[in-house]
Amino acid sequence: MADPMRIRAVAKDGATSVKILMAHEMETGQRKDGAGKPIPAHFIQQISATWQGKVVLSANWGTAIAKNPFLEFSFKGGQKGEKIQVTWTDNKGDKRTDEATIN
Amino acid sequence: MSSIKLRAVLALSGLALACAAHAQQAAAPKKPAAPAKKAATESKSAISAEFEKFREVMEDASPAELFEAKGEELWKTRRGPKNASLEQCDLGLGPGVIKGAYVRLPRYFADADQVMDAERRIVHCMVTLQGFKAADLGKKPFSSGSGTPDPVSLVTYVAAQSRGMKIAVPQKHPREREAFNVGKEIFDYRAGAWDFSCASCHGEEGKRIRTQDLPNLSTKKGAIAAFQSWPGYRMTGGFMHTLQWRMNDCFRQQRFPEPGYASETIADLLTYMGVNANGHVYKGPGIKR
Repeated sequence: MADPMRIRAVAKDGATSVKILMAHEMETGQRKDGAGKPIPAHFIQQISATWQGKVVLSANWGTAIAKNPFLEFSFKGGQKGEKIQVTWTDNKGDKRTDEATIN
Repeated sequence: MSSIKLRAVLALSGLALACAAHAQQAAAPKKPAAPAKKAATESKSAISAEFEKFREVMEDASPAELFEAKGEELWKTRRGPKNASLEQCDLGLGPGVIKGAYVRLPRYFADADQVMDAERRIVHCMVTLQGFKAADLGKKPFSSGSGTPDPVSLVTYVAAQSRGMKIAVPQKHPREREAFNVGKEIFDYRAGAWDFSCASCHGEEGKRIRTQDLPNLSTKKGAIAAFQSWPGYRMTGGFMHTLQWRMNDCFRQQRFPEPGYASETIADLLTYMGVNANGHVYKGPGIKR
């Protein structure tokens, strides 16, 4: 089971700024362990954020993203008290969804 | 990415050597610094300043918070052979009271008849309340490529509950005062293959290991800097580490035999450091280079 994300969303001047911190190994598949065996790739492939049922961000990720990724973006609209959901799916099919309230 | 990780491993092996080199350099009589050397020192502090800026920007999004969240989950979940949560764990302010506990540790606990730092106490609770085996917890106690041990996340969670509070490590009980004195003794004790003590690197101003400035732990300012730094998320490798790890790794770098996990030695050293840092406001778990 994947570990929780931290999401902060703040509405200001008609736009909402969202900061997301994800817990993920983001293993590239190019490293080897102590025994010389390759460590299998394990990374977030797809990430999306929805607000009021509308997708406000959608991205396909690869292995160039760092471990425990931090993502910041903003979108037009959003009121204090409304909810925003963030979901990621990794290459092993593991999934995590978290919700935050806009401040 | 992978090459950066590899480089970090290589760099680490050189770290201990660098420590020895700088200690000797400082022991030599002071000559007037050549201009080139002076420039190097300036760029070193410039690097520190740059990192400070980075830390400020990242304050809102410190990866330490991920471990805080994980620790909270671990604290509240029924686990272990006894299927119990840690919510009855007494961190010194009564069972289940976490707020403000971290800045008042290490302290003497009558139930264990020992002076305990945060991690030692949490391990004690995991053993007594949840039925985990201390030997199992001590097998791989530090964060590595194979994962973050549970006590590390738990310490991070507990430490975060003292964010913004004043450090007040107690010295009321005779055993607490004894721990301070023994800690000071260990700090100054020179031994091992390189005849090092903690004080060789941390007992004078202006020492560093490569670009990393070392705090002088015998002063208030230095002790505060060290207390403030941990638990910390190391950008190098992306690991969460606690004071327990920091102490252990310093012994390793000195080529001392490594102390036992959550041992009395560490509790004594942390008492010495904690008391020196008393009165300062603790800002919570943070980021390290």
